[in-house]
Amino acid sequence: MGDAHRYVPASDQDRREMLESIGRASIDELFVGIPAHLKIGTALGVPGPLSEVEVLAEIGARAQANRAPDPAFQFLGGGAYRHAVPALVDHLISRTEFYSSYTPYQPEISQGTLQAMFEFQTLICQLTGLEISNASMYDGASSLAEAILMVERQRPRGRVVISDRVHPEYRQVTRTYLGALGTEMVMFGHRADGTADPEAARRELAAKPASALVIQHPDFFGCLEDVETLAQVAHDAGAALVVAVAEPVALGLLKAPGSQGADVVAGEGQSFGVPVSYGGPYLGLLAARTTFLRSMPGRIVGEARDVDGRRGYVLTLSTREQHIRREKATSNICTNEGLAALTAAIFMATVGKSGLREMASQCYAKTAYARAAIGSVRGCRLPYAAPVFNEFVVELPAPAEDVVRRLHDKGILAGLPIGRYDAARSRQLLVTVTELNTRAAIDRLARELGGL
Amino acid sequence: MEPRSLKAAERLLFEISRPGRRGFALPALDVPPAEPPARHLRDDLEGFPELSEVDVVRHYTRLSRLNYAIDLGLYPLGSCTMKYNPKINEKTARLEGLADAHPHLPSAAAQGCLGLMHDLERALAALCGMDRFTLQPAAGAQGELVGILMARAFHVDRGKARQVVLIPDSAHGTNPASAHIAGYRVEQVPSNAAGRVDLAALRERMTGEVAVLMLTNPNTLGVFESDIEEIARIVHAKGGLLYMDGANLNAFVGIARPGDMGVDVHHLNLHKTFSTPHGGGGPGAGPVGVRKDLVPYLPVPTVEKEGERYVLRHEAPKSIGRVRSFYGNFGMMVRAWTYILALGQEGLRRNAEMAVLNANYIRHHLAGTYDLPYDAPSLHEVVFSDRRQQEAGVHTLDIAKRLMDYGFHPPTIYFPLIVKGALMIEPTESEPREELDLFIAAMRAIDEEARRDPALVRTAPHTTPVRRLDEVAAARQPVLRWTPVS
Repeated sequence: MGDAHRYVPASDQDRREMLESIGRASIDELFVGIPAHLKIGTALGVPGPLSEVEVLAEIGARAQANRAPDPAFQFLGGGAYRHAVPALVDHLISRTEFYSSYTPYQPEISQGTLQAMFEFQTLICQLTGLEISNASMYDGASSLAEAILMVERQRPRGRVVISDRVHPEYRQVTRTYLGALGTEMVMFGHRADGTADPEAARRELAAKPASALVIQHPDFFGCLEDVETLAQVAHDAGAALVVAVAEPVALGLLKAPGSQGADVVAGEGQSFGVPVSYGGPYLGLLAARTTFLRSMPGRIVGEARDVDGRRGYVLTLSTREQHIRREKATSNICTNEGLAALTAAIFMATVGKSGLREMASQCYAKTAYARAAIGSVRGCRLPYAAPVFNEFVVELPAPAEDVVRRLHDKGILAGLPIGRYDAARSRQLLVTVTELNTRAAIDRLARELGGL
Repeated sequence: MEPRSLKAAERLLFEISRPGRRGFALPALDVPPAEPPARHLRDDLEGFPELSEVDVVRHYTRLSRLNYAIDLGLYPLGSCTMKYNPKINEKTARLEGLADAHPHLPSAAAQGCLGLMHDLERALAALCGMDRFTLQPAAGAQGELVGILMARAFHVDRGKARQVVLIPDSAHGTNPASAHIAGYRVEQVPSNAAGRVDLAALRERMTGEVAVLMLTNPNTLGVFESDIEEIARIVHAKGGLLYMDGANLNAFVGIARPGDMGVDVHHLNLHKTFSTPHGGGGPGAGPVGVRKDLVPYLPVPTVEKEGERYVLRHEAPKSIGRVRSFYGNFGMMVRAWTYILALGQEGLRRNAEMAVLNANYIRHHLAGTYDLPYDAPSLHEVVFSDRRQQEAGVHTLDIAKRLMDYGFHPPTIYFPLIVKGALMIEPTESEPREELDLFIAAMRAIDEEARRDPALVRTAPHTTPVRRLDEVAAARQPVLRWTPVS
């Protein structure tokens, strides 16, 4: 049994004295505005109060009810990635000055958050090769949806063309966001090697004007896209190229999309030190060319000078935002993913220039090794030939869900069954490899797949 | 270089970077090296920092000291509910097994996560008197969008989407912005002299084209919409739905339930009522509750219990779809669930009581000093204006900035828009009386300063790491990233 009042400093005596000092006889007098018959008269079946010891036991039991194998034996990705995280990251974001502060509306006493977000924006610009970044969106999927709305605001065509290699959940979220505004979303297909087909894109763009061509790079199946050609195709048709990046660690090794012609990058930042945490909280990345500045959604931090000429930082361009513009705002977003953006910034700062490249190189090399090892297993087939970053598709001799279940019992999480998104592909498995998967674990996975 | 002092500005990451420094190492590569084809390969991460571990730790520790935080004292931002964030919440969210649970775990391996989500949903439904909740929205504003999209799907199912969403003039800006993205035209409903919805105006505007009335309750003046049942009747009589913005639920959680008031859809903010930290601007979480008729439209996937097993259900033909990848901000759900377990219904009710008592304590002791434009009973927050101080040429912004010199974060200012020069104060239940007394004393002292030495107030703050920043110039010529000095 816990003390239901332990987070409220006021004692019963404090309550009495405070009521007396404001001339009230009881707490109930303060709630006269709520009609009496609306007041709760019964127990609602909500658990608690519990002591900390009991709470920990209760939630600890939940944690133990999950059964995940050793990290080296997990080959799950598909939009959420495990990477090495320096211990200092969690230590620093646990400083109460960061995590228990609000959106920095009052810059004079929020410079810590504001400067960290200015640095975050800079890091994202450097990473993506684009000119501007905001201070985060909710996640990769909603960031992509908002990126498309942003492009549509600037060049309204009521139509966007999207690759079928984009994460299925990103496409679903985009459909939800575009639906009510009546913007049409048309899919285009891929080539035999697994990459988005520029000719198919060209045909869709020629059929009817569209504001954006949308691809994912590396794509949902791990393949590296031909961003330059796709940018050319988009620009030839007067459309912007929007590149979704679900695995930003890849940009430590791969050309910046901005340098390849991308106009907008919308991505997921979870890979940068944010725990997979059953799907969230993560953070959306959104970077673009300067032409999109005034139509960008979300918080943006800018440099400013104080009355004494000192450098500082403020939330800026707020006339785009809902609290000023209301229904004419560029988005309804208010709270973003501040602490997750801080996590990503600290991660990038610590891993640094050489570390991010090394992490990405290891992902690439280990994935190449795993792909060769599994590709040579009898009964397994690699449907796509294009180079991949840290995940690849394997066609199995048995339904992927069954294989995942069998290997899970042996302490391996073999990958993501693609049939969850496309019933026709029930034998395909998306296998993800990062620097945390050891050669021994990869060899074991290949052996087990060979023994099916 | 600026000499070192505790108020010294911290240089940017990119300015303290030194070539060749490293703060990170991986195990040696245990497979043959491989590289992508040259056409994909990047030369260099131009400009990316090179720092040691010590450099990084000092940089962010110094930055942290430039922030105000709830653990330092009262943070009275109205409608933001800056309450204490219990430390146990941070511990449970980081438990191995939860923090490292991958979202693509087979459901048999994720029973702990799914069970927690299931139980949290049921507890929120019980506390709010709704039939179901979705936990997917990542923040309150995304919850609003989900709520309005569900209302839209409800109307489409019954023939047509309708065209209008009605919103009171005291509402948060996210309400009209969310309604707009959901494809609706926004029309305003004025407030009456008591600061509540003007029923006559509502009746007039409530036509068969109105899909939804979005109502914040208690509203942004901190006043309970005591006509809420009549409001629900007016809306329902024309076939509309009543949406409640639950941003201010902390005022009556455990005391009354939206579902009993005729509310059809509402969101709440786990980062307000349920104590998950604001993190300098998120992450939040904005669960949305619905009554039975709207259950078919909930976003997918939903968490269901089948016998003793928890499963994710992706098939729902009438669902509005997804608004976020995976299942939402799970880590925030763990924190909120921890909080509910710790407090129970009784503790949550106690929170609401103390939040309201604290607000009324501030109101009572400042009403003689600051103008109170609406004298309807306050619940969790009180809205003053700068009308009296204006006589001395001192405005709300000045009062807010001067509060910093007294060691407080300012209240929400210039909102709600229906109060000119608004100072919107929400103390929450987390403050002891001594802290409120200090705040009241500071507000009175500022009022005296406004008369005696207005320039002192108008040029505040004087003691912060930076002083007033030129936001106009910052927006006119935006510098939004660091670039190397050429």
